[in-house]
Amino acid sequence: MNTMNKEAPEHDVEELLPWHAAGTLSRRDSQRVEQALAEDPELARRYALVREELGETIHLNETLGAPSARAMEALFAKIDAEPARKPAVSLNLGARFSGFFASLTPRKLAWSASAGAFVLLLQAGVIANLVLIEPQQAHYETASAPLRAPLNSKLRSLTPQAEGAFALVRFAPQASFDDINKFLEANKLSIVAGPVPGGLYKVRVSDSALPRDELGRIVTKLRENKLVGFIVTTQ
Amino acid sequence: MQTTSDEVLIARIAGGDRLAMQVLFARHHVRVYRFVLRLVRNESTAEDLISDVFLDVWRQAGKFEGRSAVSTWMLSIARFKALSALRRRTEEELDDETAEQIEDHADDPETALAKKDKGAVLRECLTKLSAEHREVIDLVYYHEKSVEEVAEIVGIPEATVKTRMFYARKKISELLKEQGIDRGWP
Repeated sequence: MNTMNKEAPEHDVEELLPWHAAGTLSRRDSQRVEQALAEDPELARRYALVREELGETIHLNETLGAPSARAMEALFAKIDAEPARKPAVSLNLGARFSGFFASLTPRKLAWSASAGAFVLLLQAGVIANLVLIEPQQAHYETASAPLRAPLNSKLRSLTPQAEGAFALVRFAPQASFDDINKFLEANKLSIVAGPVPGGLYKVRVSDSALPRDELGRIVTKLRENKLVGFIVTTQ
Repeated sequence: MQTTSDEVLIARIAGGDRLAMQVLFARHHVRVYRFVLRLVRNESTAEDLISDVFLDVWRQAGKFEGRSAVSTWMLSIARFKALSALRRRTEEELDDETAEQIEDHADDPETALAKKDKGAVLRECLTKLSAEHREVIDLVYYHEKSVEEVAEIVGIPEATVKTRMFYARKKISELLKEQGIDRGWP
């Protein structure tokens, strides 16, 4: 390897330092960078500069604050003005097939190669099953993609279940367990579901249904509490 | 885990599920807002733009193919909206707002110490980068995007992403040097 070739990889590794610091490199590249850092003190010094930049960029962005509720209100006003969307209930067998085969792991596929005849029978069974159960499942599906059960159930847990008035809330990151308990008690709220990914909880605001305006007023007041990171009315 | 969940939400949004839209908005709106704000440097414009971004998500959800993470897709939309908004503004408006914004950042409560604090000076330098450099720095360091994802969001080759990041960092060093801080690199 000549001198030119020796310099090229070093530069290549140096270019990867920001991604290494952010933890977004592939394992292979990450190992390459780690090795270079261990062997090259100058590169390690430069890596310290990268880490400084990373920290201060995060600091800067975190001080930018968050949008007001106006952004969300504007969004949902625009969504409400959109033409109603028909629920997707089409017989998308192509998507169902590809989803089914994509869900098979490599091990399952290897096994199926050695037991081809059995898999053919199994597939026939699955196809027949898909066609037969289509009418019952159609209301859980969308045209774009089949859904996975675990999150479905989490989302369903945030949909109407009982009488009452509800809100979706995400607590501020600094809110402690005690703070949240006190906040819930003081405002006569109870958590009925959650958290779902994103840290959202569904809370009961009242045991009986409330007029939309009144619920809106309560939620607006709750939004002012510093323990509340995000809150909207829900059904 | 997060990516899969976002994809499921998008699938539900494609079917017209308003609640899924609320969850997706709650999860991503702050980061999208900050990304847009760093580009347009105007809070009111940034707020308007994020509702437009998420409206596009609502409208286009059925076309999302899952080839990239949902957050990457949304940042691509956000970037397009931000650049379109910037193009609509006159150079004069931009210069005024840029100057105000830089002063705003310098006028935070730490101002008194800022001139002595290397971190604060570094943050000030980050606000002085060109839009092109700010964008790549934020995407890599704050939005935790890989080389491939930055390439997709910005619409440039991966090799250019690495070079642009390198030059953005070099510019930071130059700006720091102007403030009397020599990092000994490049």
